[in-house]
Amino acid sequence: MYDELREQGLVVIAVALDAGGADAVRNRILCPDLAERPDALRTMMGWSDELWSRAAPPTYPCLIDTEHLLAELYQMTNVPMAVWIDEQGRIVRPTESAGFGEGIRKMDPATFEIPADELGLLVSNRSTYVDALRDWVRRGAESPFALAPDEVRRRMRLPDADDVLAATHARLGQYLHRIGDGEGAKEHFRHAARIVPGKWPYLRQSMVLDPDLIGQLNTAPEFWAAASASEKGQLYPPIDMPGIRPH
Amino acid sequence: MSVTVLYGDTPSTCAAARQDGDRLWLSAEDLHETTGWLRKPEGLCRGDACIPVSGEWVDAQGRIEVTALAERLGQPVVGDTGRSVWAFGTSARRRGEDLMSLQAPDFTLPDLDGRPHSLRDFRGSKVFLHTFGSY
Repeated sequence: MYDELREQGLVVIAVALDAGGADAVRNRILCPDLAERPDALRTMMGWSDELWSRAAPPTYPCLIDTEHLLAELYQMTNVPMAVWIDEQGRIVRPTESAGFGEGIRKMDPATFEIPADELGLLVSNRSTYVDALRDWVRRGAESPFALAPDEVRRRMRLPDADDVLAATHARLGQYLHRIGDGEGAKEHFRHAARIVPGKWPYLRQSMVLDPDLIGQLNTAPEFWAAASASEKGQLYPPIDMPGIRPH
Repeated sequence: MSVTVLYGDTPSTCAAARQDGDRLWLSAEDLHETTGWLRKPEGLCRGDACIPVSGEWVDAQGRIEVTALAERLGQPVVGDTGRSVWAFGTSARRRGEDLMSLQAPDFTLPDLDGRPHSLRDFRGSKVFLHTFGSY
């Protein structure tokens, strides 16, 4: 999806928020049973044909964030989310859903099937988002999608005491996972999730540190129950961009 | 007793620590090595900053209560006394200041082959920084 933009000089950095580390991520992006994943999922996630067929692993930097540092630094509350940064290292679009949205709520967690109208809206909004990205890559600061500093600040969500405390639990959790204390790791990610329920990576992480759950996409029943019960806009805040339609 | 402290980038083992509930005391040497704060006559100093040390921060063995220091600095602390591991984070104020400067916070993370990459490596290009997960 981003290959064309890379050719135009955009650096795409993909970061996996995953205490499971390189093994988990490698399994996910080069997933052996990817071909068995339903088409609906493939469409929803926008995976390219090459990725789908495992012919081409990502050629852009694919980094592993075992501590969920980016959730803290950039206030990422879910995945996929993105930040646009210009050539001078300035944020021109603060953290927002990376063309994804709340349509995922209507997904059947067992089959990944999703009503056609929801899927259509997800695809349409993603297309709008990628068009905006394309416009910025081409026109830089002239693009209306690169926001003025005041607007960036206005949209920014700043971390509070709970955010940094949860991040510290995540830090401890990641350390415990690294030294082989899986139960301790999960315990601290659960703490993090309790302190900031709006940051979904913590909750997911508290559930999927078991090796045999690696690669299971959002399907843990506990996670799905929590996600389904959350208020509208809590999973993926609506993207504030002309042309994006709400779910 | 020995306690593992996560303060900077690498974990520190502090041999002569004392933990009690949500409070942690470190020897002056461990404190300095772990946090960079050095005990001087003026107080606790790091770089250009010095903080007067309250008598309550120092125990009978001369250990310094690092959790009191953290509270003073607005730093979040998580103590897992059962596992003797303590983690110290960055204050919300500091994180907020960094973000409001609009300079994208730098970070260094490994790729799939373990090679480190920093955001600042890409200065001079437009960067689309996005997140995903294996779960």
